Amino acid sequence: MPIYRFVIRFQEQNDPRSKGLIADARALGFNDLTHIACQDLYFVEGQMTAEQCRQLALGLFADPVTQSADWDALPAACPDPGPGIALVEVALRHGVTDPVADEIVRAAHEMGLDGVRQASTGWRYLLHFGTSVAIRDSMTKSVVERLLANAVIHRWTIGEIEPFFPLAAESSGAVERIDVMVDDKRLLAISKERRAALDLAEMQAIRSYCEREGRDLTDVEFEAIAQTWSEHCGHKTFKARITLDDGRVVDSLLKTYLKTATEKIAAPWVISAFVDNAGIIDLDGEHEVSFKVETHNHPSAIEPFGGANTGVGGVIRDVLGVSHKPIANTDVLCFGLQEASFDDLPSGVLHPRRIMAGVVAGVQDYGNKIGIPTVGGAILFDPGYAANPLVFCGTVGIAPKGWHARSPQVGDRVIVLGGGTGRDGLRGATFSSMTMDAQTGEVSGSSVQIGNPIVEKGLIDAILPARDEHLYTAITDCGAGGLSSAVGEMSSQVGAEVDLTDVRLKYPGLAPWEIWLSEAQERMVLAVPPIHLARLQDLCDTFNVDLTDIGEFTGSGRLVVRYAGRAVLDLENEFLHEGIPQRRLQAVLPNTAAESTDKKEHLRDVVPPPDFQDILLRLLAHPNIASRASVIRIYDHEVQGGTVVKPLTGVRDDGPSDACVLKPPGVRGRTGIAISHGINPEYGKRDAYRMALAVIDEAVRNAVAVGTNPERIAVLDNFCWGDPLRPETLGTLFEAARGCHDGALRYGTPFISGKDSLNNEYLGTDGQRHAIPPTLLISAVGVVEDVAHSVTMDLKAPGDLVYLVGAFAPTFGGSHFDLVHGDDPSSVVEEPVPSVCASTPAVYRALHKLIHDGLVRAAHDLSEGGLAVAAAEMALAGRLGLRLDLPLADPTRTLFGETTGCLLVEVQPEQRVTFESALADLPVVRIGLVADEPVLAVAASNQSLFSVPISDLAGAWRTPLQ
Amino acid sequence: MLMKPRALVLLAHGTNRDQDAAEALTLAGAQPEIVPLNILRDGRKRFDAYQMLVLPGGFSYADALGAGRLLAIDLNAYFGDQVGAFVESGKPVIGICNGFQALVKAGILPGVPLAGRRSATADQKRKATLTFNANGRFECRWVILKPVSQACLWTNSLTELIACPVAHGEGNFQTSDATFPQEQIVLTYVHPGGSPAQGAYPANPNGSLLDIAGITNPGGNVLGLMPHPENHIHSWQSPQRTRGLEGMRGLSLFERGVMVASQL
Repeated sequence: MPIYRFVIRFQEQNDPRSKGLIADARALGFNDLTHIACQDLYFVEGQMTAEQCRQLALGLFADPVTQSADWDALPAACPDPGPGIALVEVALRHGVTDPVADEIVRAAHEMGLDGVRQASTGWRYLLHFGTSVAIRDSMTKSVVERLLANAVIHRWTIGEIEPFFPLAAESSGAVERIDVMVDDKRLLAISKERRAALDLAEMQAIRSYCEREGRDLTDVEFEAIAQTWSEHCGHKTFKARITLDDGRVVDSLLKTYLKTATEKIAAPWVISAFVDNAGIIDLDGEHEVSFKVETHNHPSAIEPFGGANTGVGGVIRDVLGVSHKPIANTDVLCFGLQEASFDDLPSGVLHPRRIMAGVVAGVQDYGNKIGIPTVGGAILFDPGYAANPLVFCGTVGIAPKGWHARSPQVGDRVIVLGGGTGRDGLRGATFSSMTMDAQTGEVSGSSVQIGNPIVEKGLIDAILPARDEHLYTAITDCGAGGLSSAVGEMSSQVGAEVDLTDVRLKYPGLAPWEIWLSEAQERMVLAVPPIHLARLQDLCDTFNVDLTDIGEFTGSGRLVVRYAGRAVLDLENEFLHEGIPQRRLQAVLPNTAAESTDKKEHLRDVVPPPDFQDILLRLLAHPNIASRASVIRIYDHEVQGGTVVKPLTGVRDDGPSDACVLKPPGVRGRTGIAISHGINPEYGKRDAYRMALAVIDEAVRNAVAVGTNPERIAVLDNFCWGDPLRPETLGTLFEAARGCHDGALRYGTPFISGKDSLNNEYLGTDGQRHAIPPTLLISAVGVVEDVAHSVTMDLKAPGDLVYLVGAFAPTFGGSHFDLVHGDDPSSVVEEPVPSVCASTPAVYRALHKLIHDGLVRAAHDLSEGGLAVAAAEMALAGRLGLRLDLPLADPTRTLFGETTGCLLVEVQPEQRVTFESALADLPVVRIGLVADEPVLAVAASNQSLFSVPISDLAGAWRTPLQ
Repeated sequence: MLMKPRALVLLAHGTNRDQDAAEALTLAGAQPEIVPLNILRDGRKRFDAYQMLVLPGGFSYADALGAGRLLAIDLNAYFGDQVGAFVESGKPVIGICNGFQALVKAGILPGVPLAGRRSATADQKRKATLTFNANGRFECRWVILKPVSQACLWTNSLTELIACPVAHGEGNFQTSDATFPQEQIVLTYVHPGGSPAQGAYPANPNGSLLDIAGITNPGGNVLGLMPHPENHIHSWQSPQRTRGLEGMRGLSLFERGVMVASQL
């Protein structure tokens, strides 16, 4: 059958991609390139007349106003790109989802072009090196590999590429048997060969089970156990029995510190903590709010777009898995330095600039297309994230209270909804539990998934009415571990028998274990009483969702999987879910641990005054502080119409909000919720315990700043750490968990959900291990009683008073002042990182009451860069001046030291007495006056220190990430 | 007393601002019904049972092959007669963002005065498009719109500026003709005080020809616009709320459309 190649090109002035490509090329050091043109390729197999080809080209592929099209039957001669130009074509590898290809066939038939059989897509790039350059293939190769194609999902060639079409999908049916009645050495070899990441004790437990049942294992069974027992799914480190170097023994960090904190706080408004796919709190007595934050670090390292894309898709399904409507997304991202040179990167690692561009585009693509506003987050840079970027994706959901069904009944059908099953994400759960190296991309190429947000949108559209009509008795998402994990968890209390023969596949050759373990995206598993199947099918047809009935929930207490009539998995549920031996680990505590709670603080003497203005401008331009507008603006943060306090705020919508406030759609009245974060790897490098306290404080403070009731805040933990088998690494993890417990109790903020991503390390070809800084993300969700009283951070009016509220104890430990000031670290005293003060929760409660009563016009937290940066941000957001008079003796420390527990608050002069008396017994000091003249003027004890125009502040702050 | 007009809110595969539009219609006094495309396709519902037609924002078919392209093919292939009759009857039709993109790519906007029947391949002849934003990026930000048309039923007595967000990557209105008929321009991007954006970013967020944010058909009953007036129907949605600024809501536009529909 003939194959046609269609080449679609933009007219020069309309090409949306060239500018971005050439900017990226320059940033990566390809200075020879003058221009990169990108054209779209479509390959179509079918019987078509010349007129029909023309219809396809102009009626489907090209925009007649902005584009032109060429087409040819293959084989055709490759065009000569001309002197100084290299022609490269890129296409997707086999097995990588290509949703556009399916749409082409469907649309062609709809247009009456019935001869079209198959389609695929690709890109042609014309690299303009300039006519004086003699192009060598090695130059082209370097541009393609570093900029245009990722071998994990793409294939490419110089000249014209050969099209591939999807093949008919059929399983291979092949099942291997694995003999585990072998010695310990062989057991470990099996674990390694199958990349199972199981240790000897775990392999021995499998052997004992087989001895007890007198049998060997199929590959389906082995893979299912490896996945269920993976760090990713089983949280082995957080459940381990840990012996500390001082002899103490801790039985499970999860239980001892996180769950215990929630139990001690015993907040009556917590509906679900650590049990469901997402944590759930009560909103207003009629509705409940869920929140979940996941990481997708390893996939984002090897294929940034797909990794982040499916990270977003995955966490949305977690919220759908508690029968909630997803109403907001968050993303917190950590990258290597954008200006890093290739020489400084471990080999096999993508450039941090490319990782950031891909991750941000992946978040944008999924969130925008599925129609969930991306409302909050953070971006941090540190050399430690170069090989291991961190991608935290969060989703918030809402539902009528108590509607989530969670008990499958014997006789219910096991129903899979959503996309087809491929090799996508195979062994993702075990892969994310291992250290990465230069081969990881190659070996785990199949672990990378590309999402399809429109398919997931269909799932939301079908499942919410199914919930309202009570059509299912339980639901969970297919995430890490695929059907194995989803069906396994759902049936853990009952038992299930399923048949994989009818699972819809994307392409041929999958073995049963691959079907069972596939992490193909956009699938949910439901327990459906047979009587409701027809109605569910009708809903699925309406919203273009595929439904497959794969089996039945039984009362047998066993999980049985069949393929083509024979059992390929038959395991006792209790063994699968409870049979994993508890890990025993050793931890060496860091030297901050002993002193952390009652430390004699070593501070520098009065710091000599630097060039204040220069330091402030450098802080504002620091990548960790500078404006995120270029990222925030490409996320739709308005869809669903509920975003009250937006990520950017102020007179020109460019000030950085402390938190976002949402009024959930469908909830009447004025109740809203706030979403905020706290994260600080600089503190994590120095004192994990204090970091935990400080980031809980930061998350709570950010929420309070916009009007959240501090007594109605719940938090989520996400630990990203290195290899916990190293006792020093486990020691800092222990300290952070202990800090979480103490911080939660101090602020009365229960943990409702958490996740850990360990083994964030990269083994370079030089044998060097590159571990990330210990990174704890605290995400907070809180109740705002009246969204009309929520507050933004921009200064509002000249003549207003500005107060410093909270216990102000600035230090330079882990400060951004130290990062930009450039003193030799060995020449200055290393100060401790900020601690939290006992009075802080009372300050937050008092401030909340003032906000709720409408007495606060603006509030902003002091974070990286200290008081000076907070003041500058408030002034530039309001495009108003601010005159500060510092009450303390050491102006450098006052301006740039970092502290917990503090905010700057703007109050109208008429409210002065009320405001001050409400905070009478608490730390508060009036330090400034809002001025008409747009200048930040700082004095200490009435002596002028410096003044700088607001436009300079805005310029420094807005430039770096644009 | 006037009946509440029934509004068909079309839910295509990937539409996502359907509920936002439905809420605006409800507040404006209509009775909206979100109808999945498949329900119309299998004949369980018909367009002519409604007095208003709303194509909301979203990413129909994930923007594959250009935003609105595949939905436009659906409109022409499955519903060419029904939609054509709806437009020709003079009932209010609005396409917002992705809905606007689909109306343009289906040839319904800017449209030609009662010309021959469209076909699934009418697309080849069209002279207007919504292409990629001039800065090459998706853009979500609040913009100010000025109603400039007396001919379009959705805006003909509106004088107040409208503030509302845009959220799109392909909203740059361009034509292959050198000019565009002034009487079909309905909404333009302006600076906060109301002076023309004259192409200046960010007041004109996407580089559209003549600052065009919305256009109508020759009949004046079909409005297509890139911004989202349905996301500024409550005062708390405005980013300038905490600065004490009120008004400029997008609701006024829906109220106009609903008023006309209720008189049909």
